[in-house]
Amino acid sequence: MIKADNISKSFEGIPILNKISTVFEKGKTNLIIGQSGSGKTVFLKCLLGLLETDSGKILFEDKPLKKMNIKERSVLRQEMGMVFQGSALFDSMTVEENIMFPMQMFTKKNDAEIREQANVVIKRVNLINANNKLPDEISGGMKKRVAIARAIVMNPKYLFCDEPNSGLDPKTAILIDNLIQEITDEYNITTVINTHDMNSVMEIGEKIIFLLEGKKAWEGSKYEIFNTDNEAVTNFVYSSNLFKKVREVYLKK
Amino acid sequence: MIQSVFGKFTKWKILKQLILKDVDTLIIGSMGIVSFISFFVGGVVSIQTALNLENPLLPKNLIGFATRQSVILEFAPTFISIIMAGKVGSYITSSIGTMRVTEQIDALEIMGINTYNYLIFPKIVSLLLYPLVICVSMFLGVFGGYIACVYGGFSTSADFIEGVQMDFVPFHVGYAFIKTIFFAFVLATIPSYHGYYMNGGALDVGKASTVSFVWTSVVIILLNYLITQLLLT
Repeated sequence: MIKADNISKSFEGIPILNKISTVFEKGKTNLIIGQSGSGKTVFLKCLLGLLETDSGKILFEDKPLKKMNIKERSVLRQEMGMVFQGSALFDSMTVEENIMFPMQMFTKKNDAEIREQANVVIKRVNLINANNKLPDEISGGMKKRVAIARAIVMNPKYLFCDEPNSGLDPKTAILIDNLIQEITDEYNITTVINTHDMNSVMEIGEKIIFLLEGKKAWEGSKYEIFNTDNEAVTNFVYSSNLFKKVREVYLKK
Repeated sequence: MIQSVFGKFTKWKILKQLILKDVDTLIIGSMGIVSFISFFVGGVVSIQTALNLENPLLPKNLIGFATRQSVILEFAPTFISIIMAGKVGSYITSSIGTMRVTEQIDALEIMGINTYNYLIFPKIVSLLLYPLVICVSMFLGVFGGYIACVYGGFSTSADFIEGVQMDFVPFHVGYAFIKTIFFAFVLATIPSYHGYYMNGGALDVGKASTVSFVWTSVVIILLNYLITQLLLT
């Protein structure tokens, strides 16, 4: 479980996050949604410890991130997996080497054991015939799968995803969403996803936090989002005619 | 930054591979261009010296002497370092900068890796072999001078070799290598700094490489002046 307690962050006097409090629950896919510039990425970076907050606390299993020393933070980071928007694969390494890398860095296993474990994860994310390919030689969807495989290879407690299906076709995007949800259930991890993809919201939003101009404007689940009368949320989520109609049908039922 | 570079160390097995890779890219990969430039600039120094020795009372062995002094004292350590600031420095800035803009550095940090040590330390260690590049440059510079002078008909082989051996001060070579060690550190750290702390996109990687080249060159020239003042006067 990750708890954010009154988080505020500003850059050069401009407030980006304003007293955000929420809880990201274990075994659930927690979504942070909001328009571009609403502070989603900054919030995610604060949770990851890549940015220091101006005020407020971030607690991992009730342990404040700010009070952790370098060693404790290092241990915590080994329990985190992150899927970046652009995948952030190491471009000088093959797919298999990318996935083996965290284990080579932090475990005492020999190369054969590491390779075996990497291949288990490669199978889990359905990557076929890509072990020896470089990131440049694979598609966007495959890159995301490699990034997910690299993020889960160390059996993390926390999985963070920054817009995991941006730039993907709708079918691949849903496959990636479902893969993340399956992994969350299977490994019982706390997953936090940053997205503005409404398909993801409807598909895997077990808990949703809506940010508006750096403030938490709404919190609920994918079921509650249909019934909400929060204007900011409905304007954002049901901005397309298709989703408006979906909502109407749902509410009629 | 420097303190963090020598902070939490990356696993030796990984670090060793990174160092060897950087030795290959930064040192061995630079040998070709350094050899080419040194050979021809050595030749030009020798020809220019010969053309300026019009007075028949001046001995011809001065050509070898002047070539040796120019190459060992200034050309090899300092000007090759400026060229390396362009070649190696730009490579370091752009490779680290690209990792920054593609979030690869963030990915390393989230894994709990000391990114300063992982990215910069291998470059500092591999550039400890930089004096070897300068050694090759010194040899080829003088050799290029010899070829240009003897085969260009400016002096005899014996005169040139006599000039190269004349009034040789071994400390001058030591001075050149002391400078080189300092320059190697500058070549590894300033470009790394500009790559590591850059912001923006692909265009900014190019800008950072240019700024890094300018600053590396400025620092090398200033250090050259300071070290020369301290060691030779």
